Amino acid sequence: MYKTKDGKEIFVLDCHTHFWNGSPENQRNVHGKQFIDCFYAYHTGLSPKEELWEKERFEKQTVEQVYRDLFIDGPDDMAIIQSTYLKDFYKEGFSSIERSNQLAEVNPGRFIVNGSFDPRDGEKALEYIHYMKETFDIKGVKMYTAEWNGDSKGWKLTDPSAYKCFELCEKLGIRNIHVHKGPTIRPLSKDAFAVGDVDDAATDFLGLNWIIEHCGLPRLDDFCWIATQESNVYAGLAVALPFIHSRPRYFGEIISELLFWLGPEKILFGSDYAIWTPQWLVEKLWNYQIPDDIAQERGVQLTDEIKEKILGLNAARLYDIDVAAKRAELAQSPIRIAAE
Amino acid sequence: MGLPQIRGAQAREVWRRLGAVTDPELDEPITDMGFVERLEVRNGEVDITFRLPTYWCSPNFAFLMADGIRKAALAPPWASKARVILMDHCYAERVNAAVNEEQSFDAVFAEMSDGADLSEVRETFREKAFLRRQEAVIRGLTAMGWAPAQITALTLAGFDALNLGNQPEASVQKPRYREILVGDGLALLPDDPAFVTWAGDPLTAGGLADHLMRLRAIRINMEFNGAMCRGLAAARYKEVDLSGGEPELIDFILGRVPPRDHLATDHGASPDSRS
Repeated sequence: MYKTKDGKEIFVLDCHTHFWNGSPENQRNVHGKQFIDCFYAYHTGLSPKEELWEKERFEKQTVEQVYRDLFIDGPDDMAIIQSTYLKDFYKEGFSSIERSNQLAEVNPGRFIVNGSFDPRDGEKALEYIHYMKETFDIKGVKMYTAEWNGDSKGWKLTDPSAYKCFELCEKLGIRNIHVHKGPTIRPLSKDAFAVGDVDDAATDFLGLNWIIEHCGLPRLDDFCWIATQESNVYAGLAVALPFIHSRPRYFGEIISELLFWLGPEKILFGSDYAIWTPQWLVEKLWNYQIPDDIAQERGVQLTDEIKEKILGLNAARLYDIDVAAKRAELAQSPIRIAAE
Repeated sequence: MGLPQIRGAQAREVWRRLGAVTDPELDEPITDMGFVERLEVRNGEVDITFRLPTYWCSPNFAFLMADGIRKAALAPPWASKARVILMDHCYAERVNAAVNEEQSFDAVFAEMSDGADLSEVRETFREKAFLRRQEAVIRGLTAMGWAPAQITALTLAGFDALNLGNQPEASVQKPRYREILVGDGLALLPDDPAFVTWAGDPLTAGGLADHLMRLRAIRINMEFNGAMCRGLAAARYKEVDLSGGEPELIDFILGRVPPRDHLATDHGASPDSRS
């Protein structure tokens, strides 16, 4: 939990974390190297200087480090761990659900493990969804539409094969679909970051929650427009939030747009660990005020009450977490890690 | 990565022309972004190497920039040949083959874009650049105390007479806005309105606030890309140095150490190369 200066305890549910292996031993090819290098560039580009890690620490974390960064040094009460396969780039995958689950098993109750699938796998994708539900009882999945798969350099949420998967998710009660919109490679004539498919998928699957990571940036305007039309579309703050340090005024413009269009109930905190750590992000968010001129122009506020919703209450609702009960449970089971 | 060594008048001329090639997603000159790594001219032959902030930068932007670089390199009357090389990019091979005419540029692009041509993408980004530049000028005028009705009544002649001296961003964007406004035929005569939509309709005083909200959304997107690109480019070429220490050339290039003018005067790029 995050403790404010006046002693208030804020429930923090970090909606976007990873337990990846991007180390050279696991890289299948140059793409694997370039992928983790790009993440590292995000890390070094937007972190405060005192939060910077050396490359090796960034490439692969130990179980102990993760617990320390999120729950001991960091303020998270719970974290959603997202799985990302990237099998064309990494020998054992970048972060499979089995890997995510290994981390979660050490201290039960702290992690929500989300799965992932690739609709281009056809029948196998459907079988895999069953496997993840039966083995790990997943409540959510992470979709990475820019993932390479053989000749295909990406897919759309509206592809017929994807719809079959979402139908199955709905049937099995896997209700939270986190979507990362990476740059699309082909066709070149398309806007590389188009978010239009979210609109159709969200309309066609009203029983699912669509959490758009990075709030659709760099297509924030399109995203806001879609999210306003659709009751079941949410904004994940991962990647947008670190600007609070390097360009606080700019962050003010982003959060004002989100508050104006989506309102305070549909914005979710995510650190994007291990790209960034939650400690400084939460600290800065709690102490942040939108610059007056921007707040007035948009007619929005970022009150303590709203920050509390963003930091945990909104996500708790999506994942059916009773915050009071959860707090009591966690108080009874402090973090235990092997290498003390 | 570093600023290329620019030797000789011909290389300086090409460098100046490269200042008009922008990253389509950012509307910022590639020379300011530090993308151009090597520029050499020998016997009328121009050799240019460029590199983008990440291996994953969208290939259509890479195609557009490579094409813009080739055209800029071939623009001087003395230029007989241009060789443009994109380094370290997931589509480098295709881009390089296309831009150096080993294969037809249009054919490679068409193959990868379901038959659509480059002009469609170009048009999209030209519109965004136009609106972003417009917003900077209008915000400058607002900061100077102009009322909406004054802004929307401004003519092209009035625009040309404007002095935006104490609004740095607006004065940088003023000639760049005019370039598209006049270049694309959105205003031609001195009495034509200076502020119009991309469809060519004059802005109205009553609609200005809503229009500015839309422009702001466009700027937020473009600034996101700009900030990411600068950060990514810096990180790609200089891994974290935890020891602190003196700033290196890269810090100057990426504007991490004031003053930024340093770069312009040392290497022959001038502010007017933006326009």
